[in-house]
Amino acid sequence: MTVATAPSPAVTGTPAGGPARRRRVLRWLLPMAPALALLALFLAGPILWSVYIAFTNETLTGSASVNSQFVGFDNFVRMFGDPNFVNSFLLTFVFVIGSAVIGQNTLGLIIALLQRGRGRVTRSVVNGVVIGAWVMPEIVAAACWFSFLAEDGTLNAALGISQEWLYTAPMLAVILANVWRGTAFSMLVYSAALSEVPPDLVEAAAVDGASPWRRLVHITLPLIRRSIMSNLMLITLQTLASFGLIYALTGGGPGTASQTTPLYMYEQAFRYFEIGYGSAIALVMLVIGALFSLVYLRLIKVEDA
Amino acid sequence: MTRIAARGAALLSLLVITLAFLGPFLWVLLASVQPEATLSAAPTLTFSLDNFRAVLTWETIILPLINSIVISGSTALLTVLVAGLAAYPLSRYQLRYRRHFMLTLLFTTGLPVTAILVPVYAMFFRFNLYGSVPAMVLFLTASSLPFSIWMMKNFMDGVPVSLEEAAWVDGAGWMQSLRAVVGPLMAPGIAVVAIFVFVGQWGNFFAPFVLLDTPEKQPAAVTIYTFFSQYGQVAYGQLAAFSVLYTAPAVVLYVAVNKYLAGSFNFGGSVKG
Repeated sequence: MTVATAPSPAVTGTPAGGPARRRRVLRWLLPMAPALALLALFLAGPILWSVYIAFTNETLTGSASVNSQFVGFDNFVRMFGDPNFVNSFLLTFVFVIGSAVIGQNTLGLIIALLQRGRGRVTRSVVNGVVIGAWVMPEIVAAACWFSFLAEDGTLNAALGISQEWLYTAPMLAVILANVWRGTAFSMLVYSAALSEVPPDLVEAAAVDGASPWRRLVHITLPLIRRSIMSNLMLITLQTLASFGLIYALTGGGPGTASQTTPLYMYEQAFRYFEIGYGSAIALVMLVIGALFSLVYLRLIKVEDA
Repeated sequence: MTRIAARGAALLSLLVITLAFLGPFLWVLLASVQPEATLSAAPTLTFSLDNFRAVLTWETIILPLINSIVISGSTALLTVLVAGLAAYPLSRYQLRYRRHFMLTLLFTTGLPVTAILVPVYAMFFRFNLYGSVPAMVLFLTASSLPFSIWMMKNFMDGVPVSLEEAAWVDGAGWMQSLRAVVGPLMAPGIAVVAIFVFVGQWGNFFAPFVLLDTPEKQPAAVTIYTFFSQYGQVAYGQLAAFSVLYTAPAVVLYVAVNKYLAGSFNFGGSVKG
């Protein structure tokens, strides 16, 4: 803490030399040290560690827990040859496209558009309900949807039918639940974006006789293009790794009918204690997430970070 | 005429959407105050607080909620402290690799934390940290740092350097200047980051589910899951009452920062092209 009284940024005029240089480094390194240490130990560390154990046969029980061995690409060969992994991969794809790209994104945009020019009361009621679903912890959201879709649940009672939705249509169930939970984010993004669209542009087009649909497609949407792309990337990244909601709602079942990749990874690593194999799956998910994240960085073109 | 028709159609669509969104809420709200609650949100005239009374015991909800407060609270405090310190040089000094560092942070926010939990678990097991609440809090802090440092830096950029200069003239170092000048001026920003992290961890299920070993350490997110995953013998009214009690703090805190958070959804702000 004695270095806390180092000279202010304004008065470091000494040429780059021994002590002055060291002091300058300390000036930024000291306040950043706790953050750097935590990031290195608990974020970068595990990621590097996963690269290592993904190539071993490490388990939590049995002989491989004491001395795990390097097994090369065995875990990856096994992964891509396992129909359950391929199934989980396809289900993750369906889940992301269905619940994020089509569901949350489109519904969020529609709600934001419908709310334009509405009265305060209407907006507050709609916002309150949609955002309420978003603020709710995911396990409570799962409990809500469990009761909503159960055989003696609210939906069946309202429709007057008897249908065990979580067994007959598990993917539809988790997709709907995730749309319900996540739409608020897209809605907020699009409300913010739409408020920046200059009204006179849209009005001018209306005067020229453009239909509401044409005004939307040719003026409004191109103007909020960047927000659309950013939103799509962000919700895709969030949905890829989604675990709690599906786990609590269907447990991945029945069988493997709704077992997305995070649930498959959970089963392998924490139920069968195949830590090496589980890490290989984690690594694949990290790489996919990293690729999307890179695309996202490109898209938003960060100005002077 | 078409104007009115369009207006009516828009309002009708909003009504349908609102009703559809309300559906899953109904059960929690109704069942929590019904003594004979089932899975269906049946409107009845009976009203009682029996369900709340039944769950308000030490091991059912009080201890899990205390655990949630301890875990989320210490993560939020630690995150704000560490992120605030790290944001200071990033906001105030011309550092050679600042841009790269900020981009790396932004990149990190996109990584799936779910996937990181397998190696974290392996590491915790290897180094005897499995079941340790402080170790988990450090991990949660690290995972919320990238985004928090971003937000902190943006809020800090809003505090003019000129205000610090007087403090420097008086011989204050960066520590004093950060604590006495910058900190108080960006208090709303600090509150936003703290509450954002707190609410995020309040709902976090996977990390404590995987990293903590005994029920006595588990936060409400995990307790409520074990509560309703025992299919067949669930007291649904109590589950609903638990849900209400557990959700309420998150809603209250969200409402408190709603005004400030709304601005974060505008990509024209700190991140533009």
